[in-house]
Amino acid sequence: MFHWLEKNPFFFSVGVFVVIAFAGLIEILPNFAEASRPVVGLKPYTVLELAGKNIYMKDQCIACHSQLIRPFKSETDRYGQVSLSGEYAYDRPFLWGSKRTGPDLHRVGNYRTTDWHENHMWDPKSVVPQSIMPAYKHMFTNIADIETAYAEAVTVKNVFNTPYGDEFVGTRAAWDAYRPKVIEEAKAIAADMKNKDVKDAVARGEIPEIVALIAYLNRLK
Amino acid sequence: MQSNAALEYDYSVAKLFTYTAILFGFLGMLIGTLIASQLAFPELNYLLGEYGTFSRLRPVHTTVVIYGFTLSGVWATFYYLGQRVLKVSMAESKFLMFIGKLHFWLYFVGALLATISLLMGITQAKEYAQYEWPIDILIVIIWVLWGVSIFGLVGIRREKSLYISMWYYIACFLGVAMLYLFNNMSVPTYFVTEGLGNIMHSVSMYSGTNDALVQWWWGHNAVAFVFTVPIVGMIYYFLPKESGQAIYSYKLSLLSFWGLMFVYLWAGSHHLLYSTVPDWMQTMGSIFSVVLILPSWGSAINMLLTMKGEWNQLTENPLIKFMVLASTFYMLSTLEGPIQAIKSVNAIAHFTDWIPGHVHDGVLGWVAFMIMSGLFHMAPRMFKREIYSKKLVETQFWLQTTAVVLYFTSMWIAGITQGMMWRAVDEYGNLMYSFIDTVAVLHPYYAIRALSGVLYLTGFLIFAYNMIKTMSSSKELTEEPQFRSPMA
Repeated sequence: MFHWLEKNPFFFSVGVFVVIAFAGLIEILPNFAEASRPVVGLKPYTVLELAGKNIYMKDQCIACHSQLIRPFKSETDRYGQVSLSGEYAYDRPFLWGSKRTGPDLHRVGNYRTTDWHENHMWDPKSVVPQSIMPAYKHMFTNIADIETAYAEAVTVKNVFNTPYGDEFVGTRAAWDAYRPKVIEEAKAIAADMKNKDVKDAVARGEIPEIVALIAYLNRLK
Repeated sequence: MQSNAALEYDYSVAKLFTYTAILFGFLGMLIGTLIASQLAFPELNYLLGEYGTFSRLRPVHTTVVIYGFTLSGVWATFYYLGQRVLKVSMAESKFLMFIGKLHFWLYFVGALLATISLLMGITQAKEYAQYEWPIDILIVIIWVLWGVSIFGLVGIRREKSLYISMWYYIACFLGVAMLYLFNNMSVPTYFVTEGLGNIMHSVSMYSGTNDALVQWWWGHNAVAFVFTVPIVGMIYYFLPKESGQAIYSYKLSLLSFWGLMFVYLWAGSHHLLYSTVPDWMQTMGSIFSVVLILPSWGSAINMLLTMKGEWNQLTENPLIKFMVLASTFYMLSTLEGPIQAIKSVNAIAHFTDWIPGHVHDGVLGWVAFMIMSGLFHMAPRMFKREIYSKKLVETQFWLQTTAVVLYFTSMWIAGITQGMMWRAVDEYGNLMYSFIDTVAVLHPYYAIRALSGVLYLTGFLIFAYNMIKTMSSSKELTEEPQFRSPMA
C-alpha cells in the first residue's frame, strides 16, 4: 500500500491530510458545540477597557504576563480564585500567555490601584526596586485608539451576539454620539492620576494609552 | 525510457532563498540575543524608544527566526532537492520557474511588511500567529504558490516514486495550510462598521477557552510542521548525500513518518494543562506527547544508524558532525518535551524558563544545525565552488555547540528554580517568596543565556562569512562533487 501511495502523489496527499486532520476532528471541534458561556454577571468590556486590551496586545504584555490562575494552592494564595472558563467568554483573543517573567494578571484589579499602575508603568523600579520590567513612558503620550475599540464592540455585538446595548451601531453618527461616554469613563480614571499631561489630555478629550490600559487592568478581577 | 544524459538542475530560486536564510537568520538571532540580554540587563530596553522593549521585540524575534530564517531554509532546500529527487529541472518549465520566483519575491516583501507591522504593534497577539488579517491573506497566497511549485514539479517528474524528503515537504505544506487557516479566522472590524477605526484591526472568531484550544492546536503544530517535519525531510536527503551511505531502514522511515503525522496533532493541548480546557483533552495531550517519542526517535535513530560503520566520517567531515549532533539534539528535545507534558512535571515547568530552554535546544541544536549544514552541502553544487574554509566550519561548530549547551543548562536551572520557588511554603503553609524574589534569583542564568546568544550569533556570522566567501571567491570546481562536500 505504501509503495503505491508513494507513486500516487494525489492519494498520498489525501492520506496525509486525513491522518493529520483526524485529531482536530476528535479533539478540537467538540468543544465548539458548547460555545464558551459567560459566568453569571459577566459584563462585556467597555469601549475604554477594549481600547486598553488592544494596548495590552499592541505592547505585547502577554510576552511576560499570564492571565490564568491554575488550580494549585500556591497560585490561589498568590493571585486569588482559580480561573474559570466562563470568565473568558468575551475575550477575543484569549490572553492567557505562556510565560511568567512577571506575575499573573488575571485578578490584578483586586489588589492594585490606578495610582500604583501609574507609578509602575512610568518607572517600575520606583515601586518594585528589583524589577526587570521596562518603563512604558510612551503610553503617557501616545493617544489610545478608542474609535477602533468602539468598532470592535459593534463587531462582536453584530457577529457574535455579545450583549452590548442598542446604542452600539456601526455608523459614524452613532460613534460621535457615544464618544462622550468614553471620555467620561476616562475622566474617572484620570481623576485618580497625578501626571499633569495625562490629565490635560483627557480634559481636552484625548485619551492617552495609559488611561485605557489602567481601565483594562482595573477590570481584571 | 529515461535519458542517460545528466540533468542540468536550475538553482536560481534555491539561491535566492539561501540569501534570505542568511539575512533573516542573522537578524532573528541578533534580536534574540538583544532580548535575552534585556532580561539580564534591563537598561537595554531603551535603545530604540517604544520599539525596543522586550515585549515589542519578542514576537519580532520569534517570527523572524521561524518565518524568516527557518522557512527560507525550508524553501532553499526544497527548490534544491525537490528537483533532484524528482529528477526534473526547474528550467524545463517556464511556468514553474515564474511561480518559484514569484513565490520568493512575494515572500520577501511579505516578510518585510510583516516585521514592520509587528514593530508598529499591529498584532492579534496570538503566539506565532501574530500577523493581522491583510498579512495573513498575503501569507496564504505565498503558501499556495509554494503548493503550486510542489505539485507542479511532482506533476512533471521523471522519478515516479516520491522520495522520503518529499513526503515531509508535502506534509509541511498541508499541515500548515490547514492549521493556519483555522487559527487565523477573524473578523475585520472596519468592514462590519461603516469604516470606523483602524482598517488593520480584527477580532478572533473564537473566544476564551475555544480560542486557546485552536491557538495551541496551531501553536504546537507550527512547531511540528515548520520545525520538525521539513527538517526531518532535509536530513533524510542531506545525510545520505553527504556521507554516501544509504538510509538504514525504509520500514523505520515509514513508521516514523505516518506515526508522526497521526500523533503530533493530538499533543497541542499539552500547552493548556491545568487550564480551563476540558480535562479529557488535557489528558489526551499528555498521553500523545509521550507516544510522540516513538516516531521522533524513529527518525533520529534511523539517521544515526545510517552512519553505521562510517563513524570515522564524524572526525573528518564537519558537516557530518553538524548533522549527527542535530539528530542527537532532536532526540534530546523530543524526550524533554514529553517529560514536560506529564501533568505533574508541567505543574512546575509551565510558565517558567524551562520552556524556552526546551524550545531552544530544538531550534538551535536541531533546526538551525540542519539548515546550516544543508546550505553548506548545497553551496558547492549551486555555486560550483568549494566551501571556503573547513577551519571556519569547525570553529563555528564548536562555538555554537557550546552556546546550545549553555542555553539549555542555564534555562533548565532557571526554570526549575523558579517553578519550585513559586510553590514553596514555610512551616505554617504560607508562601515563602514574593514574586520579585523569584525574578531576582534568575539574574545569573539570564546572563549566561545572553552569553550563549552572543556565542551562537558569532557562530552564525562565521557561517555567513564562510558562505559569502564560498559564493564569491573560493576555488572553482570543474565537476559536481559526488558525496562529501569539498572544502579548503
